[in-house]
Amino acid sequence: MNKLKNILTVFKREFLSFFNSPVAYIVITAFLLFSGWLFFQQFFLMGQASMRPFFGLIPILFIFFAPAITMRLIAEERKTKTISLLMTLPLGNAEIILGKFLAAVALLGVGLLLTLPYALTVASVGVLDWGPVWGGYFGALLMGAAYLAVGMFCTSLTSNQIVAFILGLGICFVFFIIDKILMFLPEKLATAFEYLSVDYHFHNIARGVIDLRDMVFYLSFISAFIIYSIYAIQREDWR
Amino acid sequence: MIEARNLSKAFGPIEAVKDLSFEIREGEVVGLLGPNGAGKSTTIKMLTGYLTPTTGTVKVAELDTSRDIQSIRRRIGYMPQDIPLYEDMVVLDYLHFISDIRQIPAASRREKIKEVAERCSIEKVITQSIGTLSSGYKQRVGLAQALIHNPDILILDEPTSDLDPNQIVEIRNLIKEIGKEKTVIVSSHILSEVQATCGRVMIISEGKLVADGSPDELLAQERSDNIVHITFQGIGPDEGLEAVSRIDGVAKVKAAAEGRFIVEAKTGQDVRADLFHLAVARQWVILEMRTEQISLEDVFRKLTMN
Ligand SMILES: Nc1ncnc2c1ncn2[C@@H]1O[C@H](COP(=O)(O)OP(=O)(O)O)[C@@H](O)[C@H]1O
Ligand SMILES: [Mg+2]
Repeated sequence: MNKLKNILTVFKREFLSFFNSPVAYIVITAFLLFSGWLFFQQFFLMGQASMRPFFGLIPILFIFFAPAITMRLIAEERKTKTISLLMTLPLGNAEIILGKFLAAVALLGVGLLLTLPYALTVASVGVLDWGPVWGGYFGALLMGAAYLAVGMFCTSLTSNQIVAFILGLGICFVFFIIDKILMFLPEKLATAFEYLSVDYHFHNIARGVIDLRDMVFYLSFISAFIIYSIYAIQREDWR
Repeated sequence: MIEARNLSKAFGPIEAVKDLSFEIREGEVVGLLGPNGAGKSTTIKMLTGYLTPTTGTVKVAELDTSRDIQSIRRRIGYMPQDIPLYEDMVVLDYLHFISDIRQIPAASRREKIKEVAERCSIEKVITQSIGTLSSGYKQRVGLAQALIHNPDILILDEPTSDLDPNQIVEIRNLIKEIGKEKTVIVSSHILSEVQATCGRVMIISEGKLVADGSPDELLAQERSDNIVHITFQGIGPDEGLEAVSRIDGVAKVKAAAEGRFIVEAKTGQDVRADLFHLAVARQWVILEMRTEQISLEDVFRKLTMN
């Protein structure tokens, strides 16, 4: 009970502080600009009332935007030393990491919510099947959370935001590209790699098929990186 | 209340704290004194469980920091060195955030915040963003943050660095007042700081405890009653040395300028009366006679310089 309350307290502070700095505005604006521009370009080219092209962009765009959201979460607290106060309050490390992670997920959620007008635009010019749209949004949030968990881990490793960003970008990219190099691999290995791909599971969900295997993948992926993050801040022998 | 046993902390090759043991009783106001880099902050960070000791144990209120750190943290108010605060937050929001974590019930929260703001004189800036505050105000916000849950133990790491003299006096008074009912640990590299507020001083040098006691005790330890400065009018060095060294209790005599002599007595002996009788016998005029005065500053310097 207290733990939940603490997570909520950390979440609230972190979420509001996104908006106290330019980070949130820059990240969200850039996300909307890129996704809107690329999507409508393809939309007019294809001339189909579908959000498919939009959700096709999301896995690539999130490789950049997720680490940009998470990069400061721990690294900056280390640089400004506020972490020494945070970690001597009666707060568990898991509560700190989860609160911050959920704040990042919420910010990403806000970004996604702001793309709803795209779907409304599409629906106004043709007949839009809303099923895959909701599936797409749900999948995007899950996949985004997976990327954010990676970013959370990266920011837990360093006191330098840029390092956290680049490392996060690199790891996210690996989990994105992993099923696209399958053709070079023997079949057994290929199936394993496919299962590890963040992108592959997203496309399953975005098709509107909610499969338990995809959910299990995302939840275990997120849990793994969250647990690594908690361990990473365990020994806080930084100055 | 606080018990440190054989505490050591190494950062790679740097041994910041070496085999430190001490005990702090409930209600004591203790000054942790030492030059920069002595290991004060490192010691404090181990008390708050922020750093794990390389070896040794810390117990706070009978609880072990390696096991019950959360319960310990609930009883501690801590202000780290350089007051790291969230610069982008408004003071009031920040205090609400701390109150949330400190589990101060919503019903009494407004009152608690108001009380602590008043105590630390930050009411004027309560709606200001922390980043815009002067360092004096930041320090006081840091203090308010440490006091809001009425902790049994207050730990302040260099609370008066970067303050102007008036603010220093204010903070000192506040520490004294809090010290009447709480256990307080204040670190400082400035002696006058702890001398003014603390009933007990622990001097740390290069990670080791080199002295521990009340300011008076430390003075007494290092006092040198057995050194007497005496000045005879118009007496030359040779004449004076010859006569004074003949006194029974004298171990050593040195001649300084213009009839002044520095007399070191054998341990436990007071030679002042003998010097007087000597002067009377020889009909010398004593212009000055005093025992050497040692200040706590001298003790500090002597103990921390190698
Ligand atoms: N995180 C750290 N990594 C490496 N060395 C450190 C770290 N923290 C402190 N030190 C070193 O330990 C010594 C004691 O530091 P500190 O406890 O901050 O001293 P003080 O607070 O008395 O000025 C110094 O030599 C300092 O450089
Ligand atoms: Mg220090």
